[in-house]
Amino acid sequence: MPTDSRFNRLPVSEKGLVSICIEGQTITALEGESVAAAVLQAGVRPSRTTPVTDSGRAPFCMMGVCFDCLMEIDGKPNTQACMTEVRDGMVVNIQRGARQVLGDDL
Amino acid sequence: MNSNQFDLAIIGAGPAGMSAASTAAKQGLKVLLLDEQPRPGGQIYRNIGSPALKDRQILGPDYYYGEKLLTAFSGAGVTYLHGATVWEVTTDNILYVSVKGESRRFEFNKLLIATGAQERPSPFPGWTLPGVMTCGAAQILLKTSGLTPPGPIVIAGSGPLLLLISCQLIRAGIKIDAILDTTPGKNYRSALPEFLGALKGWRFVLKGMRMLSEIRKAGIQQLSGVTGLSADQDESGNLSAVTYYDNKGHQQTLSCSSLLVHQGVIPNSQLTRSLGLAHVWDEVQKCWKPELNKWGQSSHPDILVAGDSAGIGGALAAELQGKLAVFEIVRQRDAGSATSGNNEIEQEKAIQELQQQLVIRPFLDRLYSPAEEFMSPPDETIVCRCEEVTAGEIRSLANDGCRGPNQTKAFCRAGMGPCQGRQCGTTVSSLLASELKASPAQVGYYNIRAPIKPLTLGELATIGNADSNC
Ligand code: FES
Repeated sequence: MPTDSRFNRLPVSEKGLVSICIEGQTITALEGESVAAAVLQAGVRPSRTTPVTDSGRAPFCMMGVCFDCLMEIDGKPNTQACMTEVRDGMVVNIQRGARQVLGDDL
Repeated sequence: MNSNQFDLAIIGAGPAGMSAASTAAKQGLKVLLLDEQPRPGGQIYRNIGSPALKDRQILGPDYYYGEKLLTAFSGAGVTYLHGATVWEVTTDNILYVSVKGESRRFEFNKLLIATGAQERPSPFPGWTLPGVMTCGAAQILLKTSGLTPPGPIVIAGSGPLLLLISCQLIRAGIKIDAILDTTPGKNYRSALPEFLGALKGWRFVLKGMRMLSEIRKAGIQQLSGVTGLSADQDESGNLSAVTYYDNKGHQQTLSCSSLLVHQGVIPNSQLTRSLGLAHVWDEVQKCWKPELNKWGQSSHPDILVAGDSAGIGGALAAELQGKLAVFEIVRQRDAGSATSGNNEIEQEKAIQELQQQLVIRPFLDRLYSPAEEFMSPPDETIVCRCEEVTAGEIRSLANDGCRGPNQTKAFCRAGMGPCQGRQCGTTVSSLLASELKASPAQVGYYNIRAPIKPLTLGELATIGNADSNC
């Protein structure tokens, strides 16, 4: 039974590193890569649950088309993780179901 | 001309957009290039300005060829906005784009849509499970991050990209547990008459053969004629295995942690649709595409389309189409003046090269036409990933009298989620067509309306001060 869901990093060219926090776990990501890539490397699976049946999903297309990579990024719900670049100190959480409706971020 | 007005606005910085931008700048046009990604390249040359992988062998020369296009465009004096999501274009030559959470408004004389392709949505039971991703997604992860999926890895589907990603993973030293080829046997027969024509594009044929032999040499278990694909889940709801029928009709199950799927690519038509441009159903490529003349001119006099968003032709064709669209724009501008006709030689050359590029298509399109089970999947399959609507629900709506996708949308919400039908549009049209014994052309497609990407009210609110400088 497969257990490890972490993506593996091949040798990469010299790039800056940033620290981000995903579901409370601090990980090192490559400067310029997407949050979705960092989440896959961290092995966080699923990265969201659906509003309709609460089933798990993970990044599917990596190019902004499927919207299955929606996560809560720096407090902003339903953000496309594959279209967002990592930034040092970023806080990323699983998007659970539909977003909370709050006054200030309509 | 003020800073928000451009002779030519181009949407998409892939091969078509980059080549159009540098050609247009050379012709003296004031050019705006908008792209949703943080860096130019499109999907094919994604991250070409700062490739992640140390070992250039893995992605191979076809990828690094993009560096040439990038250099030409970088020095051309084009206004380039990255991270720029176009959410509306109006038919009176205005476009709205969201950049870093703020909306901006630009005016253009001509618009070139070069939004490329997306992978064909290929629904099968379990395709929404975490652990299933497209071959294109896996490739993007290689290009941008040097990441490879966790094993055991199974690759399933049909099309050149399936072979390409397999070879790239092999070169990276990654073990692929199995390749399940779903190309229907009948496709070989329907593609055969096109094979002689394809030989005129012998370079492509050779490339294909090389990939096949690379996979064979790696000793990967490769199965053809696979049907009945489905993904199974473990107790936590993640992918655990793939189940399928082999070509003898025996059901098999392979345990896996990653399942990479692919069924070819289709034009990304969200924007051309939202503009109400005329579209046609391509029965061979099994997709919708905008109706264009040979220069890429759409049904709107100021809007042209180039590259894969005009119909699938691949990266090199896209580059040439981008160029040709600009020559047409310049010809229209100069019509009647003494300077006209300057580009005729270059134009003629580009046309010939384009024909050469497309010579392989009739063969490829027939060979890799998706199997029926992905166009019209089993009832329990989710077709709309966002609203979790199944194929069975669409079928029963058809039997209850729904005649088109806009009607089913009203009843079951398929196509109303955040992806706005990008992942279900083609399937819903095909399902309705087969249920109603009509063609997708008769059944039609979703009406796509702006904003074509979800937008916060906050972003909309900034539109008042949108006339800012670049
Ligand atoms: S992974 Fe598909 S939109 Fe992000």
